[in-house]
Amino acid sequence: MPLIDVVAVSHSYLSGSLRRQVLTDVSVELSEHRIGVIGANGSGKSTFARLLNGLVLPDSGQVRVAGHDTRRDGRAVRRLVGFCFTDPDAQIVMPTVREDIGFGLGRRGLAPADIAARVERALTDFGLADQADHPAHLLSGGQKQLLALAAVLVTEPALLIMDEPTTLLDLRNAAAVGRIVAELPQQLILVTHHLELLEGFDRVLVFDEGRLVCDDVPAAAGAHYQERVR
Amino acid sequence: MSFATYAPGATVVHRLPAGLKLSLLAAVGVALALLDRWWQPLVVLGAVLACYAMARLPTAGLLALLRPLVWIFIAVGIFHAWISGWQAVVDVLASLIALVLAAGLVSLTTSMTELTDVLLWLLRPLGRLGVAPERMALLIALSVRSVPVIVALAQEVRDAQRARGLGRSARAFAVPLLVRSLRHADALGEALVARGLDD
Repeated sequence: MPLIDVVAVSHSYLSGSLRRQVLTDVSVELSEHRIGVIGANGSGKSTFARLLNGLVLPDSGQVRVAGHDTRRDGRAVRRLVGFCFTDPDAQIVMPTVREDIGFGLGRRGLAPADIAARVERALTDFGLADQADHPAHLLSGGQKQLLALAAVLVTEPALLIMDEPTTLLDLRNAAAVGRIVAELPQQLILVTHHLELLEGFDRVLVFDEGRLVCDDVPAAAGAHYQERVR
Repeated sequence: MSFATYAPGATVVHRLPAGLKLSLLAAVGVALALLDRWWQPLVVLGAVLACYAMARLPTAGLLALLRPLVWIFIAVGIFHAWISGWQAVVDVLASLIALVLAAGLVSLTTSMTELTDVLLWLLRPLGRLGVAPERMALLIALSVRSVPVIVALAQEVRDAQRARGLGRSARAFAVPLLVRSLRHADALGEALVARGLDD
């Protein structure tokens, strides 16, 4: 498992003329297989997730993934870390399902035959083979999220970060994504509001107002979170 | 099928190389500009329609391509009827319709990967001038991909506008659409970086 090392990280955004602190002095070391991240809206959990693949660089402190500093070695980090966003429409960049799954592979210098084989396998694994050449925008919300997930996992990242992947899905599709997530061999960091998805996770972090306020097993962390939002 | 996005198939038209289809499209454009008899564009239009039949594309899709241009066709038709007579109307309208349908046929029967491969080949000489052909090809692919997303955003904004009883206010439509489109562009940029665009 890649070791993630977050050291004394603080981060703020400029909002109009005001600077808004979103993370304050967060330090944590993550090496477990499945890690959950929970917190109220605006608690800093999505910013925390974006720090881990270098999409957001900290104002101060350091983030290292498998020894690579996200500030100095962003490309190496992003090859190790796959990121799945809340809204699949913002993540699907190519017009058809097959083309979108192959997008990330084409940029890694793989042989065309290797790319085609990996794309076919992903289409089958995620139940998208029948829609392979169809326009991605005609898929249902659940299928779009599966496509977004397939397009990330086809690049075989060592670590997968998912930022509220079930928020826009109905119960059936959320359960389908939950089942796939539960069987992933990769190290997984899941940001969610759905506490039931974190059942069986090794560790759960709770964020509140930009601070890491609890780091425990799912039951205890879930109870802590519910106590805070009550 | 909508907005001339790729409609997969295995017909002869689908299987033709993308470069050949784009060359034929250019040839149709040049031919339509050079033909000097009023009835000749009708023959080209007939050939394009025959290609649609060969590609087994539904008539509804064909009409969807033309529907947004109906008012332009009417305006052009009235202008030419007034200036030059009915033969000029047939000539110009048949040329316009044939060209729109021919371009639509290429989009409907060619995947974006095939089109961007041709584009990459065409743009390769510009690499020496500092233009990145891969970026240009990606720009085209993203533009095609973004059309249905922006249309869906526009529909959502229009629905919200109606639900709030704002009627046909252009400002109430344009401002939220612009804000949401910019947000989408921002999220898309983030996703491109996450998916290795800078590799």
